[in-house]
Amino acid sequence: MSDIVLRLNGLSKQFGTVIANRNVSLTLKRGEVLALLGENGAGKTTLMNMLFGHYLPDAGSIEVAGPDGTLRPLTLGHPQAALSAGVGMVHQHFTLAENINALDNITLGSEPLFSLRRNRKAAQAKVDAIIATSGLAAPMTTPVGRLSVGERQRVEILKALYRDARILVLDEPTAVLTPQEADTLFANIKAMTQDGLSVIFISHKLREVLAFSDRIAVLRHGEKVGEIPTDQADEATIARMMVGADTPKPQRAAMTPGAPVLRLSQLSVAGRSKRDSLHKVDLNLRAHEILGVAGISGNGQSALASVVSGLAQPSAGQIDVDGMPLSNPTPAGMVAAGVGRIPEDRHHEGIVGAMSVAENLVIERLDDPAIQARGLLRRDAISAHADQLAQDYDVRGPGVTAPARLLSGGNIQKLILARVFERGPRLILANQPTRGLDMGAAAEVGRRLLEARARGAGVLLISEDLDEILSLADRIVVIRDGHLIDAGDPDRARIGLMMAGEAA
Amino acid sequence: MIRIEPRNTSSRAYAVGIPVLSACLALALAAIPLLLAGANPITAYGEMIKGVFGSVFAISEMLTRATPLIFTGLAAALAFRAKLWNIGAEGQLYLGAMAAVAIGSGVLDLPGLALIPLIIILGAAAGAAGMAVPTFLKTRFGADEVVTTLLLNFVILIFLQMMLEGPLQDPMGLGWPQSAPVLDQGMLPPLMERMRVHSGLIIALIAAGIAQFMLARSVWGFKLRAVGENAAAARHAGINVKRSLFGVAIISGGLAGLAGVSEVAGLKGYLTADLSPGFGYTGIVVAMLAGLSPAGVVIAALFIASVFVGADSMSRAMGVSSFLADLVVSMSLLCVLVGGFVAKYRIIRTNRGQATS
Repeated sequence: MSDIVLRLNGLSKQFGTVIANRNVSLTLKRGEVLALLGENGAGKTTLMNMLFGHYLPDAGSIEVAGPDGTLRPLTLGHPQAALSAGVGMVHQHFTLAENINALDNITLGSEPLFSLRRNRKAAQAKVDAIIATSGLAAPMTTPVGRLSVGERQRVEILKALYRDARILVLDEPTAVLTPQEADTLFANIKAMTQDGLSVIFISHKLREVLAFSDRIAVLRHGEKVGEIPTDQADEATIARMMVGADTPKPQRAAMTPGAPVLRLSQLSVAGRSKRDSLHKVDLNLRAHEILGVAGISGNGQSALASVVSGLAQPSAGQIDVDGMPLSNPTPAGMVAAGVGRIPEDRHHEGIVGAMSVAENLVIERLDDPAIQARGLLRRDAISAHADQLAQDYDVRGPGVTAPARLLSGGNIQKLILARVFERGPRLILANQPTRGLDMGAAAEVGRRLLEARARGAGVLLISEDLDEILSLADRIVVIRDGHLIDAGDPDRARIGLMMAGEAA
Repeated sequence: MIRIEPRNTSSRAYAVGIPVLSACLALALAAIPLLLAGANPITAYGEMIKGVFGSVFAISEMLTRATPLIFTGLAAALAFRAKLWNIGAEGQLYLGAMAAVAIGSGVLDLPGLALIPLIIILGAAAGAAGMAVPTFLKTRFGADEVVTTLLLNFVILIFLQMMLEGPLQDPMGLGWPQSAPVLDQGMLPPLMERMRVHSGLIIALIAAGIAQFMLARSVWGFKLRAVGENAAAARHAGINVKRSLFGVAIISGGLAGLAGVSEVAGLKGYLTADLSPGFGYTGIVVAMLAGLSPAGVVIAALFIASVFVGADSMSRAMGVSSFLADLVVSMSLLCVLVGGFVAKYRIIRTNRGQATS
């Protein structure tokens, strides 16, 4: 009986002219945790989608060990084949039906379609047995919509295990979890690997990769560039493998904070749900200062961001920008008051994808006489402006006249940075500014924010990535249930507990 | 096995080539029912072309038919660019026509140089008001404008019938439900002696030119495009989305109203409840065929008018049903929609996966 449970042989996949994967081979051993690392667009998700049958490889083959341990070729391009071969996948975005309970979600799809009776008892017994060995507890009778994110993720994993998965693929499993929840997840995974489960997990977070994997494989530009046992790896080595060069850590010089640029006094926002409301929040941000707002998503970050961008009206309280009270904030009013806004969802709120890069660069300053004369666009000025900014901010792509949606995620963010920073804003709202960006682009965002701080701007940095906040922010507040709590000393473990609401 | 993948580029050649190919394909497909009806398609299409381009009269008829379609096509194209789904051009057309006869049939005895602009402005204003109401309901209460504009068409049609048997009825009309005629000096001048084509066509072409220019070159057009393509990003960037929607609603309704003005004051002279054989709805087809481009609307309107006029004359010459015109128009729309899909995606044949377990 061989020890190898999965072998990918020279997988390649091309989308049009873009090579997503080239000749990638990997093996996975029984009971092993393999971390798959790489920058955004390195081809991690494509590779896993080929394994799971969502994509058909252009070349290469996959072998999966059967229950007896012998490797058999897998029918490619069929998720059903992957499922029956014992491959389970948990996507970054959950695929659960929110209106039915966890047990029904788990059994959904593995029951015969035309059957009048369901054997709930047997299903419950099987799920109970899996919970007992794995430690993945979740309420089985509550509708999934009312479960926490961590619980939903456990339901997703239980769903895969219920289908007798022997190989589990987790796509960025900790992106939505608190540090403590993530630790619990990995403890559960460790327990399951004792029983012979093999796990591949995709992650951006070097810390957890180093802490919890047995082996690390790194992809770059669609090719496997390295593979090392975790006990021989450290952060610097892996980072170098991922980007092909050392990324400099942001240098943060000490600075004395200046005049207040943003003051929120007893500010409340009545959102549609508790998740996007704020309750009597006080906040004071000064020039030469980066204030980090840490928290798990859905605790009022979007309400805070909306009110500072001018999209939401406060229901009570007061906002002062740069010492001036704003009675009726609008997006245009905020831009005029010198607020630079980097939105959370750059595709949905940051750019109009169908319009050109040049047009997206001027969309916030359509009233400017440099951009228009008597209601008509000054097209030469707009394209010269775009060429200049694209060069200054290194926005790469098919050119400034091409639709902005053709840019990569990192270049879209650079476009937004160019639009925000060229106006020298006094206050910068950066909401999840590096989410989904590769390390190079993320480092660029950090550098620009520190540059703005040095110039005298105040930066309100909202992020779910605690490491990012710890490396950039001068002060940290934790947002929880619509309240802001001063975090005091930047201590990772304590802030994590505050995010989870276990200490105040 | 067949897979569908997005194309990386969609070139300008596709944007022009697909509609043209689709139109040809639609004509080819329409040959099948022609054969079934016992006509030789080649002779039939010959008759059709003769019926459109065979004489000055034929060309004049085609242009006359295209005129209201350019207006309603522009009305749909501009609104759809902002993702404002104006299905109510038919009703707005009748509002414009009602305003034209209300003001132009004797209430004011002004000289033509004053009366014609007045009729045009009030007709456009009536159409604009007809679109402003559903837009208000949409921006204020979130009412779906597809439903409200569509239903308003029927409300307006019934209102029209009421008016034609009431205040607008022609006292000399022997009780027929028709309006008093527009005064002679209020009529849009014809373009050619003894031909029906009138200066409404010139207004339509100017409107298309202005729309094309404003959409591409003005701040107004920029905002409209941004709102249509991504309203959330437009709002975030400080564009007043509601104001943009109202702006385009007024322009769109106004253009549809002009279609009514041009039919009443350019062609018929008086208003009846069958003034429009569905120009408002056909305008949507025109706009879709045109890829929502104002310049394309002119070409698409000419094409559809040619098909209608040509099919009429073909059916007379060959003795087949003139419903074939509707068939060709519907099929070109279907072909364009399928063609649009082909332009955006490509269909790839792949070999089935390797050996199974």
